[in-house]
Amino acid sequence: MSTLTALARAQAFAEGRAQPIATVRHLHLHDRPFVLIPYAMAGEANAPLAALAGTDRKDPQLLVVAQPRNRDDRFAFAADLAGLLVPYVDSFTAVAEAVPVDRGRDVRYRYVDAPQVWVPTTGGVDFLRLFGRSTRFRSTDGEYAVPAGVPLLGRWLTFFANSAEVPGSSLLLNAVQALSSHWATGQSSAEDAQLAALMAWLSPPPGRTVFEAAAAAEDPSVTPPAGPATDPGFDNHVLAPLLSVAEPDVAQLTEVLRAQLTPTWRLMWEALDLLRTLPPGARVPSRWDGDRDAFSAFAQHVAEGGPPQPRRDGAVAAAARLSRLEAAAARYAVQRAFDDPLVMAEHRLTGAAFAADVTLAKADRIDDSGKRPVLRPRIMVVTSEPVRVEPGAALFSPARPGQKATVISVTSEEPGKSTVLLELSGGMGRKLVAEPGSVPEVGERILLTTLSEAYRPGGALPEPDQTPWTHGGPPSAE
Amino acid sequence: MTVALDRLRGGAPAKRHNARTIAALTANPGCTRRAVLDAAGVDKPRLAQHIGFPGNFGQSRFALARGNGFEAMLKADNCALLLSVLRDVLGLDTPEVSYDDLGEDADDTLGARHGRTRDLLAAAAGAALIDHPLLTLDVAGRQVFLEPDLIAFQVAGRLHVVEIKSFAVVDGQADSAKVSAAAVQAAVYVLALRRLLADLGHDPALVSHDAVLVCPQNFSLQPTAVLVDVRKQLSTLTRQLTRLASVTDVAEALPAGVSFDLSLPPADLIASLRHIEARYAPECLSACELAVHCRHEAAGTTAALGRPVRDALGGVDTVAEALALAAGARPPTEEQAEAAALLQAAARLRAEVLAS
Repeated sequence: MSTLTALARAQAFAEGRAQPIATVRHLHLHDRPFVLIPYAMAGEANAPLAALAGTDRKDPQLLVVAQPRNRDDRFAFAADLAGLLVPYVDSFTAVAEAVPVDRGRDVRYRYVDAPQVWVPTTGGVDFLRLFGRSTRFRSTDGEYAVPAGVPLLGRWLTFFANSAEVPGSSLLLNAVQALSSHWATGQSSAEDAQLAALMAWLSPPPGRTVFEAAAAAEDPSVTPPAGPATDPGFDNHVLAPLLSVAEPDVAQLTEVLRAQLTPTWRLMWEALDLLRTLPPGARVPSRWDGDRDAFSAFAQHVAEGGPPQPRRDGAVAAAARLSRLEAAAARYAVQRAFDDPLVMAEHRLTGAAFAADVTLAKADRIDDSGKRPVLRPRIMVVTSEPVRVEPGAALFSPARPGQKATVISVTSEEPGKSTVLLELSGGMGRKLVAEPGSVPEVGERILLTTLSEAYRPGGALPEPDQTPWTHGGPPSAE
Repeated sequence: MTVALDRLRGGAPAKRHNARTIAALTANPGCTRRAVLDAAGVDKPRLAQHIGFPGNFGQSRFALARGNGFEAMLKADNCALLLSVLRDVLGLDTPEVSYDDLGEDADDTLGARHGRTRDLLAAAAGAALIDHPLLTLDVAGRQVFLEPDLIAFQVAGRLHVVEIKSFAVVDGQADSAKVSAAAVQAAVYVLALRRLLADLGHDPALVSHDAVLVCPQNFSLQPTAVLVDVRKQLSTLTRQLTRLASVTDVAEALPAGVSFDLSLPPADLIASLRHIEARYAPECLSACELAVHCRHEAAGTTAALGRPVRDALGGVDTVAEALALAAGARPPTEEQAEAAALLQAAARLRAEVLAS
């Protein structure tokens, strides 16, 4: 936890309301999100109990498993869920756009939009991952046949759950994480993990303090949990009597489960409303492009009858995936800071970034020591913030992302004030005269940081059939 | 020696410790309140209820039923199914494995069952399963009875603690929180078993630090067994139990009026609680029945916001103090100087960005 976020929590507690820790929204918010609230049967291995789902705020679809211990009923539930989710996903495969690749020598196609699924908590994401695992390998014929949509649902759930691990991806989002990365409450993150308690801080009901609202949100008899785990009291006193008979009364079961799930449904849409009040960050659309690429590739894989995702990745696939996740995490961290001055402030606090005033600028400086003369303007900046960079370090500025500023010298004539001399390269056009506005002018306040958006290539990995013996050797066909 | 602890409870019988409550002692070792109440065997759920801060520690009966069903299935026919998975993981290769069931759980036969467990362990040779064994462990100067799911002998004479859990292992992976809870519990049994063997004059190292965890595999009830190395948990546990020995001293130092007799009015009980220092952290909410009360008491402290927040605020105790330091409204002490400078810089940055 950064000191800045911790301070926001302290302020939230003292003022009795949540405090912003972001000035822009760092995720893509879909116009037509698919909200899904799963409930699991206690004790069973990820057996579904019910789900409230859909894209229409006013008309959620409730799916109920008549007898959660019955295998057929569970797969009937999976088929019902497939009947909602798969058409939603398919609705994005109608229109594709051409994207030039390989420096314009080729094109590939990606869909102009992609689906977005919302669940309340990280527990919901885990539930979907395991539910995907339990359904994607099922066969639709033979002795233990399941309904047709079930394995397809499993593949899509697995796809969504895998993409939820990619930092910055907006294909499967959970409300608790989305909200708590934009606002800080005056309670601990353990308490924030309950959607109702978190929402109590963000928008307490009128006439109530956040402390009263949070207390009410923690009482499961007043506010049912957001799932997938049910309230034990509800299990023991409501569900158990209903399920104790061989043929449970489905109408009654539906009614009690709807009452448990509806409050969370309302909170989910209020959470989306809250997030919509923030303007999207400048780099959010480019990340959504990446999501659309991932979606298009997988939709094609499914359309071509490709196999379901493996139970476990092979050594090479796992290493490649890890490397992709690390690259995505690094990119997301930098992009968030470049998009959002409040996130950048955390780096300013640690000395990885500083705001400075330009005191001198020589925009037409030419370096002709090499074979060809090159444009290398120099600027001098003064800052009162801590500067922890050495000469030779490369700095970047969110306002001019394509430009590199190399530190020539750092001097400190009076305590608490530093003067930094910088040499600029890149982002000024191709001529020996800088494009107007591409070199900071005297008097301008700029932000400089060691964070870089530059592309960093990942390490080379062997082909799967060249897996070294240290990693188990080439995978054998299962 | 334990008179001071017994007095705290009033007339109520002591609540029995089990591996779970002992495991929980390691969760927040710095909390004196928890240590004293647990050592004295105070009924914490009822105490919390009585003073108006009930915890939410219900267990779903579906989960209980499944857990019991899974264990019953494994132990049916003299543990036939259990034995088949243990053979694989422990390398039991003798065809004959003796099986001793020491009987059901009942409070009045505890001593007898423990005696039979001792006899069996002292005499046993060869591969064997001991069901419903009863072990003891000294916790804060008090003998506590413990009941592992099972003890298995390997042919090589090594003893293994077998822990049966009903959470699923899917593709070799399980919920990490549940696995670590099971590992701590198993460590409690390993420790108790080692002390018993040392008592009997055997080498305590005969008890393996690899406990066997038996869980349902994937989405079926088919069992699977894995070895869990509990060395780390053992050393934590040993350290905490040594610390707990001093609990009696704390109890003896309490004023005479301090009592947790549940027939007392809530106000008196709350006053008594104030005499014993608590160290609340948000993690307590999922581990200790008194946590809601302690949270109420800790409102306004930085610790109530979580340890990472407290650390990021420079270890300052209260929210008000942290904000005063950040605003420069309060002169920092010498050791707060660095934290105060950081807090002031943070406050300045937040104000600057949010104003623009």
